[in-house]
Amino acid sequence: MAALKLRINGKEVSTDVDPNTPLLWVLRDSLGLTGTKFGCGMALCGACTVHADGNPIRACSTPVSTVVGQAITTIEGLAPSESKLHPLQEAWIEHDVPQCGYCQAGQLMSAAALLAKTPQPSDADIDAAMAGNICRCGTYQRIRAAVHTAADKLAKGKSA
Amino acid sequence: MNARTRDPVSADEYLREIIREMEGESTAPAARMTVDRRGFLKLTGLAGGGLVLAFCTGTPAEGAAAASAKDFVPNAFIKIGRDGTILIYNKGPEIGQGIKTAFPLIIAEELDAKWSDVVVEQAAVNPAVFGNQSAGGSRSIPSSWDQLRKAGAVARSMLVSAAAATWNVPAAECTTRDSAVLHGNRKLGYGALAAKAATLPVPDAATVKLKERGEYRLLGKWYTGVENRKVVTGKPLFGIDQTLPGMKFAVYEKCPAVGGKVRAANLDEIKKLPGVRDAFVIEGNGKTTEVMPGVAIVADTTWAAFEARKKLRVDWDESAASKDSWSELVKRAGELGKQPVGATTTVAKGATPEALKAAAKTVESYYTYQFVSHAPLEPQNCTAWSHDGIIEFWAPTQTADRALTTVAGALGVPVEKVKINQTRVGGGFGRRLMNDYVCEAGAIAQRFAGPVKLVWTREQDMTQDFFRPGGFHALAGGLDAAGKLVAWRNHFITFTTDGTNPVSGGNLPEQEFPAQNLTNYQLTQTMLPLKTPCGPWRAPRSCSVAWVIQSFLHELSAAAGRDHRDFLLEVMGEPRLLEGGLNTGRAADVIKLACEKAGWGRKLPEGHGLGLAFHFSHAGHFAEVAEVSVDANKKLRVHRMVVVGDIGPIVNMSGSNNQCEGGVTDGFSTMMGLEITMENGRVEQSNFHQYPILRIANQPKVEVHFIQSDNPPTGVGEPALPPVAPAICNAIYAAIGHRVRTLPLTKEGFSV
Repeated sequence: MAALKLRINGKEVSTDVDPNTPLLWVLRDSLGLTGTKFGCGMALCGACTVHADGNPIRACSTPVSTVVGQAITTIEGLAPSESKLHPLQEAWIEHDVPQCGYCQAGQLMSAAALLAKTPQPSDADIDAAMAGNICRCGTYQRIRAAVHTAADKLAKGKSA
Repeated sequence: MNARTRDPVSADEYLREIIREMEGESTAPAARMTVDRRGFLKLTGLAGGGLVLAFCTGTPAEGAAAASAKDFVPNAFIKIGRDGTILIYNKGPEIGQGIKTAFPLIIAEELDAKWSDVVVEQAAVNPAVFGNQSAGGSRSIPSSWDQLRKAGAVARSMLVSAAAATWNVPAAECTTRDSAVLHGNRKLGYGALAAKAATLPVPDAATVKLKERGEYRLLGKWYTGVENRKVVTGKPLFGIDQTLPGMKFAVYEKCPAVGGKVRAANLDEIKKLPGVRDAFVIEGNGKTTEVMPGVAIVADTTWAAFEARKKLRVDWDESAASKDSWSELVKRAGELGKQPVGATTTVAKGATPEALKAAAKTVESYYTYQFVSHAPLEPQNCTAWSHDGIIEFWAPTQTADRALTTVAGALGVPVEKVKINQTRVGGGFGRRLMNDYVCEAGAIAQRFAGPVKLVWTREQDMTQDFFRPGGFHALAGGLDAAGKLVAWRNHFITFTTDGTNPVSGGNLPEQEFPAQNLTNYQLTQTMLPLKTPCGPWRAPRSCSVAWVIQSFLHELSAAAGRDHRDFLLEVMGEPRLLEGGLNTGRAADVIKLACEKAGWGRKLPEGHGLGLAFHFSHAGHFAEVAEVSVDANKKLRVHRMVVVGDIGPIVNMSGSNNQCEGGVTDGFSTMMGLEITMENGRVEQSNFHQYPILRIANQPKVEVHFIQSDNPPTGVGEPALPPVAPAICNAIYAAIGHRVRTLPLTKEGFSV
């Protein structure tokens, strides 16, 4: 066990855990941030995707000690505020993307990392960036449409 | 673990009963009360001057939160506040099929509520109040349609009476719209009428007028899911997200070969591991649908429990465990398939052997499909807490109502001492019709003080499933000189666990298409013994046999040199209703429209093909046309899928489309590369690297069209899936002339 200081969604938090514990379980079991999901435990499904310094990582396979000092963003921290959602979240609602919804936190975090680097992604960009995220319900068609809509929203927001 | 207190029912029988229930033929609902229409809604006073109209029971609605004196609570489904907020309780499990939006829409339609006034909450699990509270067989809409409409209409009628009394005008002169009662230029909102409505007598639900279809204002439009905002912001909706003060985390290890028992385990060593609170053997009751023998480990975090599991050493007694071998079963079926008829005859209609002999042309084929797992993305889990003389559960289950009695029986406690809280479910697909993980959590909670969350690893979830059974069909078809189908013979090779009945999802009923459409039809069956648990998987039976039937029909039309659309319509025959619900007129309509929308018959580039398939299941008529291309290396691209369905009137257009889009993706994913195999009783695939669920890059463009016929509305979670595989395989044949007879497609060298 070790006392670790983490920076999650803009806040400093301390937690006393085995440093080898995957970030996923620190988030979920120690810090109560259950929005990040457990799907496979082997970085195969993307349900646990969070950002470390803006890069999408699989929290299920990332020992917590390796992200000390990095800015971690989870789905709970994706929206700018309680009242204002991220354009991707808005687009997800508008397109009625979720079915069961279990994978969508991970999908959104992968998509957010994509748009941060590639504001106007092509379908091929989306395929590449979202390849690590499984949707068992099969909402890919709406995910693709929602990413494009969010990109348009971001572009309009900037030009306005 | 206490002894069971009721008559034992085998896991097999339990699974068959679930299928019967899903198909609307249940004879013995487990936790249901028959709905007495006369007692449908009864008025009961409530402390504080409010009003409760309880469903079935005549007691205050246990589903509703305590109503304050300011609220109008016309029944267990509806609570209207004086501020005009309309709270609607969703009684069914939300498993991704959109029922938490669809059910309230049905109530809101008859209530004439403005949708933006509606807030939705999950109802308590209490089948005595709410009736059916399960999600399976695409039965939610058809089985609850009338109940929900009447719940809304009764409330509306009371609000109209309240307004009429206020204005001193006949109720018949009043109308409703957008959460208000209107009379001439006068208008009173439902919130303003709530107090008065609460004092009025409740009309008999049987006499309340329901809307005509043409009067619908809400149904059939595009609605986004009521929980979308919570989903996209990561709120704790799912079973696995439940958190209680002082909660601990558990894993439960069972024998990798089903049926193995614990002889010994290194419990002392496990208990000393960091973060581990306890470890113990659970004997179980030997039922796969309840509690199989195993070892529970309870720890401070899920990770500590998972790590301890890696160090767990169990000496399994496998004397009665599964030794199933898929490779051996494939061999044995292959031998059996050489026989034209099987051990038992299901249907012997006309003179099939003679008709085949006399046919101008005969085609013989042997089809094989694989076992598959459900693999919902949320692994099985359940939180349980033994406290205050009860056991309370937070369960992501598809059958919350059944869970009550199943759990009570498995744990040996009275059903009154079981409380189940229904959470959102991270994917059902039929897996969570069984409540084994709920029973396991309960068995652990009986041994451990304080709340415990049981979480299965992905590996456990994939290997310890109730699998969609594989199967084998040795077929022969006969064509006359005009290329008309005149005889059909199928020797179906399936599996049995009890030696008498086919496994769940491994049956082929006598009514299955095209049995009733042909003069000469013979269906025989041989069953191979199996211990691997099987269960309902999205569109049970249909999800596999539709591929065989619709592929073989295409083989026949190709052999006859005929257009497949014309051939299929000819087999369907004149418009009529067949036993089991297939309406050949509705079938023909969806087939024709699917072909029209897909541009059937148009010229395609080299290596491209169109494939058509139809299937009727879960009361839904669906035709689909796939457009594919295949390159020289058998790399497959599904460019487009046109889906045309007739499920009667649509409740929520977005939700219905989404189910069809997902059905296509699921169908394609499953036929493409998913396969569960077992050797020595052990499942060989453990995680997604060996079970490659389709990724976004391979998603076809899906177009959905509905024929909203004037039939009762039916469900859409399942029936769009079965035609997917045959449509794609028929398109592959059209593209490159290769007939696929083994699934998944990777077995025949295809890739995406």
